Amino acid sequence: MSDLLRLATAGSVDDGKSTLVGRLLYDTKSVLADQIDAVTRASVDKGLATPDLSLLVDGLRAEREQGITIDVAYRYFATPKRSFVLADTPGHVQYTRNTVSGASTAQLVILLVDARKGVIEQTRRHAAVLALLGVPKLVLAVNKIDLVDDPATVFAAISAEFNRLTSTLGWSDEDVLEIPVSALHGDNIASRSQNTPYYNGPSLIEHLESVPVDADSSGTHGLGLRFPVQYVIRPRTAEYPDYRGYAGQIAAGSVSPGDEIVVLPSGIRSTVERVDTPDGELAVAQVGRSVTLILTDDVDISRGDIIASPADAPEPIDSFDATVCWLGDKPLRPGARLLLKHGARTTQAIVGALVERFDEQNLTAAPNPESLELNDIGRISVRVAEPIAADDYRVNRYTGSFLLIDPAGGNTLAAGLVGDVLTAVEVGA
Amino acid sequence: MTETTVSELVNESSNTAERSLGISDFDTLAALESESIHIFREVAGEFERPVILFSGGKDSTVLLHLALKAFWPAPLPFALLHVDTGHNLPEVLAFRDKVVDKYGLRLHVAKVEDYLADGRLTERPDGIRNPLQTVPLLDAITEHRFDAVFGGGRRDEERSRAKERIFSLRNAFGQWDPKRQRPELWNLYNGKHAPGEHVRVFPLSNWTELDIWRYIAREDVDLASIYYSHQRPVYQRDGMWMTPGVWGGPGQGEVLETRSVRYRTVGDGSSTGAILSDAADNEAILAEVAASRLTERGATRGDDRVSEAAMEDRKREGYF
Repeated sequence: MSDLLRLATAGSVDDGKSTLVGRLLYDTKSVLADQIDAVTRASVDKGLATPDLSLLVDGLRAEREQGITIDVAYRYFATPKRSFVLADTPGHVQYTRNTVSGASTAQLVILLVDARKGVIEQTRRHAAVLALLGVPKLVLAVNKIDLVDDPATVFAAISAEFNRLTSTLGWSDEDVLEIPVSALHGDNIASRSQNTPYYNGPSLIEHLESVPVDADSSGTHGLGLRFPVQYVIRPRTAEYPDYRGYAGQIAAGSVSPGDEIVVLPSGIRSTVERVDTPDGELAVAQVGRSVTLILTDDVDISRGDIIASPADAPEPIDSFDATVCWLGDKPLRPGARLLLKHGARTTQAIVGALVERFDEQNLTAAPNPESLELNDIGRISVRVAEPIAADDYRVNRYTGSFLLIDPAGGNTLAAGLVGDVLTAVEVGA
Repeated sequence: MTETTVSELVNESSNTAERSLGISDFDTLAALESESIHIFREVAGEFERPVILFSGGKDSTVLLHLALKAFWPAPLPFALLHVDTGHNLPEVLAFRDKVVDKYGLRLHVAKVEDYLADGRLTERPDGIRNPLQTVPLLDAITEHRFDAVFGGGRRDEERSRAKERIFSLRNAFGQWDPKRQRPELWNLYNGKHAPGEHVRVFPLSNWTELDIWRYIAREDVDLASIYYSHQRPVYQRDGMWMTPGVWGGPGQGEVLETRSVRYRTVGDGSSTGAILSDAADNEAILAEVAASRLTERGATRGDDRVSEAAMEDRKREGYF
């Protein structure tokens, strides 16, 4: 299994997210002397008494001008136990699309709240979006805990409220952890703090190092093989005159020589002869690995097809309902003609009815909206020109997700999730 | 990375029996490798005329190594493009040509010197040629109608790079607009672009400097010799050890002396410095990088010191 954990941050403006990320980098010694020097210089220039760790991460001119984070930034840190890729997402409501981007690949999200404010509307909105995206693990960092009078009571109350919210949204208790922290002072970040005797759990970094990241955390839930074919490798060289390999990255399950497979959407069946890599053949290759499959039969397979295990292969569909997070500046209306990218296949799509629009604030859904606006989450019906072999998003994030793309300008307009994902999140309604 | 010893870094998951099974060696490096290979194949599947920017530096060498793996056993379906500033170290040019020969690659070279000779560009007062690469780069992209341009940029290099998407859309002027980036979701990369626009692609986005060196050690990637410790006549400028060359130096008050040095990054000879080092092999370099208190750019890249947002400003102009 990979020792790489992909995580993201979420939270509202000014709850100290950049400071927390700066602190994580600083405490894992991922910040070097010249970066600290630059931050110290910039802090002195701004008239600050102590180095502002948030300057380690807010790198764009506009961000430093406004003192806010405007786009997802990716940070890297490592401990002896694990490497981390962290998507640091902005908290402003208008940047919800960046939160969606950052969280779409995250195995864990650190959600921040200010201990003085507790669980607020933005926390509920972010938790709902994270539930929708199927983020497997959550950490609630109750920040600025040093600034409240009765931290034990405050922490217990916030934890209880957050737990109610997350169980409503479908997380089980063992997937959610609340930690009282002070990002500014480093309490419970790298090591357990003396200042929080009411808290017996791990420090944030201890938890990040030890939280299990199995195949289920990648969202594949025991599915059989899913292998979107990206590219057909045909060398036609003297050394490999007849080589024909199907290249891709395993999106679920595993594959071994001798496995029976079915090609979707054609339904052609064959058997895996070899699992090829430039470093030699593999006896078994698991989810996440880029490999090349050689089949026993000379069948017609091209980019966009999906090779799957016959036992649980999805039925190719050309008309379906899906949940979308609308990311376009112009609203979505019924009848829109768009492109849909699923796996390695891009096909034409027509949006039918807008089924419902989700209100993240009340966690309720309103039927038959006229349009979906920027950052709206809703359920739509879609028809595609070529059938896609999709799984329900809740079963597999990679074969259950798609993009809607503007055929004119090429912009990404929506994050799509196949199946009735929205209804599952609406339990609290 | 303080408590991890170098041998742990290098030996992690080197058990060959497990490797052939393909299970327990799916560690950080294998995950990063698989992600990069996925990106190369997406571009090959979606674009008409991709090209790999190749400078002969360690990142572009690793980039090329991954590209070769992505299409093995077929030949690389892309050409290479080198923007030659005329201030390259001779060892790096020799390495570039050796690699091109070894793998039978196609190489395009865009020369800053051609632009200086006919007046399309003017030498800067400080003699630094790195910023002058932008125009020949964009011209080469236009001339060859490249629609996807691979670069070895990593998000850990610099704060504005940390904001860059893996597929980064550039307008007809080659410009990057950080406020208008497309969301990048799951591993579904969107390569759609209008005619005249192109996409910069960064398969090494999620790699760190240490990942690169661990991978070089694990895969035994052949690198330009200047990355390893050697004796070289150098002089000190702004705390960096500079090599004299066609770009001049040493200046007044600067003393030429022979020291044991190596380069951490390969860039323009007029703005990239060497560090004092005795690290002559991958293991010694891993130890040195893991223990370093300076980033590679902070240590040896003069052009990033110009202002707080030097890199962002150059990227907005079309630079990498």
